Amino acid sequence: MTSPVLEVRGLTVRLPAGADRPNAIEAIDLAVAPREIVCVVGESGSGKSVTAFSIMGLLPKGQLVPTSGEVRLQGEELLTATPQRLRALRGSRMSMIFQEPMTALNPVIPVGDQIAEVLETHGAATGGARAPRILELLNAVRLPDPERLGRAYPHQLSGGQRQRIMIAMALALEPALIIADEPTTALDVTTQAQILRLIKTIQAEHQSGVLFITHDFGVVAEIADRVAVMKDGFIVETGPTRDVLARPQHPYTRMLIAAVPSVLPKARAPIGAAPVVLAIERLTKVYKSSGWLQAAREVRAADSVSLTVRRGETLGIVGESGSGKSTVARCVARLIEPTSGEITLDGQAIAKLSAGRLRRHRRRIQIIFQDPYRSLNPRRTVGRSIVEGPINFGTPRAEAWTRARDLLELVGIDEAAIDRYPHQFSGGQRQRICIARALAMEPALLVADEPVSALDVSVQAQVLALLDDVKRRFDLAMLFITHDLRVAAQVCDSVAVMLKGQVVEYGPAADVFANPRHDYTRALFDAAPGKGWTFGKAAE
Amino acid sequence: MAAFILKRLLATIPVMGMVAMVVFLILRLSPGDPAAILAGDAATPEMIEQIRANLGLDRPILVQFGAWLWQLLQGDLGNSLLSLQPVSATIGRCFGPTLSLATTTIVFSVIVAVPLGVVAAWKHGTWIDRSVMGLSVVGFSVPVFVLGYGWIYAIALWLRLLPVQGFVPITEGIGLFLSHLVLPTLTLSVIFIALIARMTRASVLEILTEDYIRTAHAKGVSERRVLVHHALRNAAVPIVSVIGIGIALLIGGVVVTESVFNIPGLGRLTVDAVLARDYPIIQGVILVFSAAYVFINLGIDLAYTVFDPRIRY
Repeated sequence: MTSPVLEVRGLTVRLPAGADRPNAIEAIDLAVAPREIVCVVGESGSGKSVTAFSIMGLLPKGQLVPTSGEVRLQGEELLTATPQRLRALRGSRMSMIFQEPMTALNPVIPVGDQIAEVLETHGAATGGARAPRILELLNAVRLPDPERLGRAYPHQLSGGQRQRIMIAMALALEPALIIADEPTTALDVTTQAQILRLIKTIQAEHQSGVLFITHDFGVVAEIADRVAVMKDGFIVETGPTRDVLARPQHPYTRMLIAAVPSVLPKARAPIGAAPVVLAIERLTKVYKSSGWLQAAREVRAADSVSLTVRRGETLGIVGESGSGKSTVARCVARLIEPTSGEITLDGQAIAKLSAGRLRRHRRRIQIIFQDPYRSLNPRRTVGRSIVEGPINFGTPRAEAWTRARDLLELVGIDEAAIDRYPHQFSGGQRQRICIARALAMEPALLVADEPVSALDVSVQAQVLALLDDVKRRFDLAMLFITHDLRVAAQVCDSVAVMLKGQVVEYGPAADVFANPRHDYTRALFDAAPGKGWTFGKAAE
Repeated sequence: MAAFILKRLLATIPVMGMVAMVVFLILRLSPGDPAAILAGDAATPEMIEQIRANLGLDRPILVQFGAWLWQLLQGDLGNSLLSLQPVSATIGRCFGPTLSLATTTIVFSVIVAVPLGVVAAWKHGTWIDRSVMGLSVVGFSVPVFVLGYGWIYAIALWLRLLPVQGFVPITEGIGLFLSHLVLPTLTLSVIFIALIARMTRASVLEILTEDYIRTAHAKGVSERRVLVHHALRNAAVPIVSVIGIGIALLIGGVVVTESVFNIPGLGRLTVDAVLARDYPIIQGVILVFSAAYVFINLGIDLAYTVFDPRIRY
């Protein structure tokens, strides 16, 4: 066996005093061989990113301190290396790809120059050799028209293109080790599939070892040779991917694998002829930018969308970023004005209703947003957030508070917590509170806009179950916006797939999943990571 | 971009019109009679009335405004009530000294303040940071005239290194020109250094927490390059804004400084004109200042596009 490019032994990193545990990571053992992809899997707070940053020597100074262990890069000890030596190694022998390529690239420097900086910093490909080398790299990551793209700024590129730039940058000096920290989490599924494929081919061509950090077992199944599962700072299980996926030993690993939603829809009771709560007809939203002496530009964010949701039905709108799924949701909630078309809620046309007359209908539609960290007012107790709406609509104060307590219990939060502030809750708990807040208004229609995307996989399943439960209990209609087909399969009765503002496929979930008709729907299925493994079976 | 500039320039027309009207009315409504001041202490009411009629000040305000506006549209700012010279010529004469002082002040402030702010952000929380911030509080708090007389006493009178006051045009030698500007510049700069250094520190500190700073470190880029190349460029937009505000505030600041150092600039001209109720001069100076504000703001907006490619008009 060849000697590993990376060897971590007994690595322990101390947390600052007052944290919930003494060490961010404890006694971590890891090894990455050349041409090997090792996945570190874990949820938020498991210590997987701390592990990556410790190896790179990028831990925030003074806050996180490695206290014991060894980190060897091609046999060279990194923990005791001088800052100068570390700087020389970073970017040349080890490099890193980050989660969010938009924020990880400097917005005011052309991307080509940002790649050039790696070469420049390490004195490689000097003079005339630099420009051809950059083109070569841009070609290697399969970017179209590399000459033009090299001169572009990050904001002029798509998410996938930006991540390709990051990869080109990481590859620039053919490092022995590439650390990828959730490199596809912020990307659309189809883009994710392309980037995963790219990382796989590239590391094979370049003989690099890859340490790949992710929370998603689907991605693990797609890419990893070996896998290490982390929980609360410890590695709880490690082994070849095939073995870990097929025969997980640790209960936590089993739970993580079970939490990956199955792409097979659950059998659902037919909705039948329940009354229609929401009817959308030929809804169109056009954004126009026109100016003085400037050609007008038109973007049809939603183009003649027609959908219906019956009482007790969950309609999933599935699409990637820019598909118009959120535009539809916002038009329905009248957070934005539709350009044309009709929206009927409980028999009342609301698309063109004036703000004053609309107010009565506002409470009938409630939204649950994607990021529970930002959708609750941090300076307000959760109780006050919940009662605010009903009191505005004339519910007596005492009654509103009683109901708020009941609802908190219902969503699985102790009613004693009603006077706490949002920061005292975890992400999953906050999303439960947001659900309680929406229910307090006694809506007929619940709009859930990517309600689990910001949550850890193990929490996702619980929140999805809760949404399903409250929908049934209150006999609600639900519009469920998601980019994730596997999530849609779990909760939706019917599914509409959107592409570029249009609904390209619409039907009962079972039909769409079993027999997708449109090419794009099929492409979405193909792109779902880990499709070779039938996730979700372990739970049953 | 061209459309944007054109639009902004056209927008200055109503702005200047409003300024002209407000200035004219406020001056006429404020107490004090230029005819009485011109006539002197020994004047009889008839003399004052005569002067008032000569100056056209006995006509209804609207008629006076119309006449002034008509002149203005022809590019004529009128004549000073006191010296009887054209206002435009007077302002033109005073413009040079003020422009010189403003330029040296801004250049000096930026050269000193930006590095101070960057170093303070880099050494965040250390004694270096604390002393830069402490000094900037002092800089904010010391009144300009105290500072001016302090410099004069210490450097001009005691050490005898520089002239006490006055202004020498650049045409009479760059050395002489600059030596007369050193103390006024030092005086006027202190508050701007304090302002710009604080702003630079705050925006660089914020930028240093960004993901792309971590990316730069991950590339092995040196600390210095991270600060200047990655952090400062991104921090530039708020810094440039505050420099723009600084230039606008400067126009007010020169009034005191020019008085202390006896510089024949627009600041002094304004003070003298206000004391004498020399309406045409005051109107002219304010119009020139507001035009300057408008162009400075346009310049700042255009500077944004240089620093941040995401900003396009």
